[in-house]
Amino acid sequence: MIIGLVEHEQGKLNERTAEMLTLGRKLAAQMGAPLAAVVMGGAAPEIAERLAAFGVSTVYAVKHERLGSYAPEAWARCVEQIMAAAKPAAVMAAGSERGNEAMAYLGALTGLPMAANCTEVQPGESFLVTRQCWGGTLWEEARIHGSVKLLTVAPLAVAAEEAPAPAALSVSEFAPTLTDKDLRVRVVDRIETASGRVTLAEARVVVSGGRGAGSAEGFGPLEELAGLLGAAVGCSRAVTSAGWRPHADQIGQTGTRISPEIYIACGVSGATQHIVGCKGSKHILAINTDPEAPIMNAADYAIVGDMHVVVPALCAEIRKRRGVSD
Amino acid sequence: MMNVLVCIKRVPATGSRITLTPDEQEIDARYLNFTFSPHEECAVEEAVRLIEAHGGTSVVLTLGPDAATDILVDAMTLGMERAVLLETESGDWDPGATAAAIVEAVRAQQAAGTAFDLILMGNEAADTGDYQVGIRVAHVLGLPCVTGVKELKIDNGNAVARREVKGGWEVFEAPLPAVVTVKEGINLPRYPSLRGRLTAKKKPIERMKPQRAHGGLEKVRFKVPPEQTSVAEVLGKGAEAAPLAVDLLQRLGVL
Ligand SMILES: Cc1cc2nc3c(=O)[nH]c(=O)nc-3n(C[C@H](O)[C@H](O)[C@H](O)COP(=O)(O)OP(=O)(O)OC[C@H]3O[C@@H](n4cnc5c(N)ncnc54)[C@H](O)[C@@H]3O)c2cc1C
Ligand SMILES: Nc1ncnc2c1ncn2[C@@H]1O[C@H](COP(=O)(O)O)[C@@H](O)[C@H]1O
Repeated sequence: MIIGLVEHEQGKLNERTAEMLTLGRKLAAQMGAPLAAVVMGGAAPEIAERLAAFGVSTVYAVKHERLGSYAPEAWARCVEQIMAAAKPAAVMAAGSERGNEAMAYLGALTGLPMAANCTEVQPGESFLVTRQCWGGTLWEEARIHGSVKLLTVAPLAVAAEEAPAPAALSVSEFAPTLTDKDLRVRVVDRIETASGRVTLAEARVVVSGGRGAGSAEGFGPLEELAGLLGAAVGCSRAVTSAGWRPHADQIGQTGTRISPEIYIACGVSGATQHIVGCKGSKHILAINTDPEAPIMNAADYAIVGDMHVVVPALCAEIRKRRGVSD
Repeated sequence: MMNVLVCIKRVPATGSRITLTPDEQEIDARYLNFTFSPHEECAVEEAVRLIEAHGGTSVVLTLGPDAATDILVDAMTLGMERAVLLETESGDWDPGATAAAIVEAVRAQQAAGTAFDLILMGNEAADTGDYQVGIRVAHVLGLPCVTGVKELKIDNGNAVARREVKGGWEVFEAPLPAVVTVKEGINLPRYPSLRGRLTAKKKPIERMKPQRAHGGLEKVRFKVPPEQTSVAEVLGKGAEAAPLAVDLLQRLGVL
């Protein structure tokens, strides 16, 4: 059996979980094993139906009165107890914040190794996995040993695909035994920060500045362009390190990953750690004084020139076409 | 008063296309400097601020080759008081082996009189991105662990930690001693000062040679992903390019 740990939001299956189940189903088929899923807090019928569509034949619906808020160690403890009964060959989760965290706890509780952010898996006595390293700029082939293989699946690396035919599904409730210790780290509060502004992660257009912006004030024209386009403003790490913009605006390996229709990168050199954050963009327009800058190999379009001249010119041209005078 | 340990990992400072050594075991670092992850830089800054505010001792630790003393000195330049090098002979240690060695070092420090109230790490290492050393260390030491933290307050012997989620924050609370793994953005690290540089040279570095445990995750080789380079279509130079660029925006339907 292969077990997948499910994440969902208000009865909707998480996209990353769907990707994980797709890889899990292929692995299960190769091994001639069934695919099972663990759902915390009981499985709503609409989720059960989606899980069956992805080829899941057994659902463990975990019910416990103290699982109302997220508690990573408790999640891992539940899966550990299901593992003891079901004896799976592998347990998988999405390479999301929670997925990686819960699986790391499971590794710690069981003493088993855990391989994060896998993109390919070949079963065997040990599994041969390909994993994403360096935020996705380098791949590692690794062997994972241990009686049960613990894996997470890299986000956006496997296309979510339903099974040719839905599986016949059986749902069983599972009541775990949890101690205070399992629940000592849990979400005690949630703070909403809905600001009405387009967020970087979801924006259709992103305008960003790098060291080439020169100063915090250098972002003025970028803000203006973003305003005209309904875009979010991003930046590179050189900018956040200098304190010109808050870290929330940083795009890249240790910042936000974006996937807009178009990304307009101004005065950004295009270091690998920046590119992993913006490679999900449909189109990239680079504005840079250096025609040889590495960003030119990631961009579809380029304007060679000083961003302090080009960006105001773009704003003026947009206003002109809209019939608004400066 | 509190004692804080920060764990950092030495990694090559790559920026452009990565080349590998012929055996595909390492990044070819002949022309590269070494650094530690932005997450860990923030962990160092957080520790220095906590000691400034509460008093106590800050210790920075790394597991790596002799050459990794460089990043220990860098961290001491930023204000960490002393350092521990867990010296390895060759190759990367997997997360299980790394965690076991860190646990051993924490216990040795405790036996020698420094019990840590807080152990800070990065949420994930810059290179391997294993997402687990902090949790494994916490588990063996019997400590609570909060990961991915972007705001930390120490309040009455409790760590109150915030993690960013879609549309807001999740708040976690854990009694000290605890392990907290942090993300870049939790603070804005200071720049090294001249005084920092001068005093760092005099700060002590302790060395231990840990036994390598069997972690069970074995690197076979690195692979450079197939290159997806396009050559950008140059729309023009300077302000003259604006009309063509705005045409493009119109074509893409974002105007
Ligand atoms: C582990 C790790 C993680 C990292 N994570 C991230 C991350 O998440 N995000 C990130 O961005 N970086 C990250 N970095 C840093 C990254 O390696 C680069 O240092 C950084 O992206 C460089 O920022 P930059 O392009 O703004 O600056 P630079 O590399 O200095 O480039 C400035 C560019 O601006 C151009 N320019 C200068 N003046 C002008 C002008 N007037 N008009 C137009 N163009 C001009 C120059 O030609 C140059 O191309 C990380 C590094 C490490 C080691
Ligand atoms: N070799 C090492 N030496 C010191 N700390 C490490 C080492 N490897 C990992 N860590 C710490 O553990 C964190 C998570 O690493 P990982 O689980 O490998 O992604 C890192 O950000 C470091 O703080």
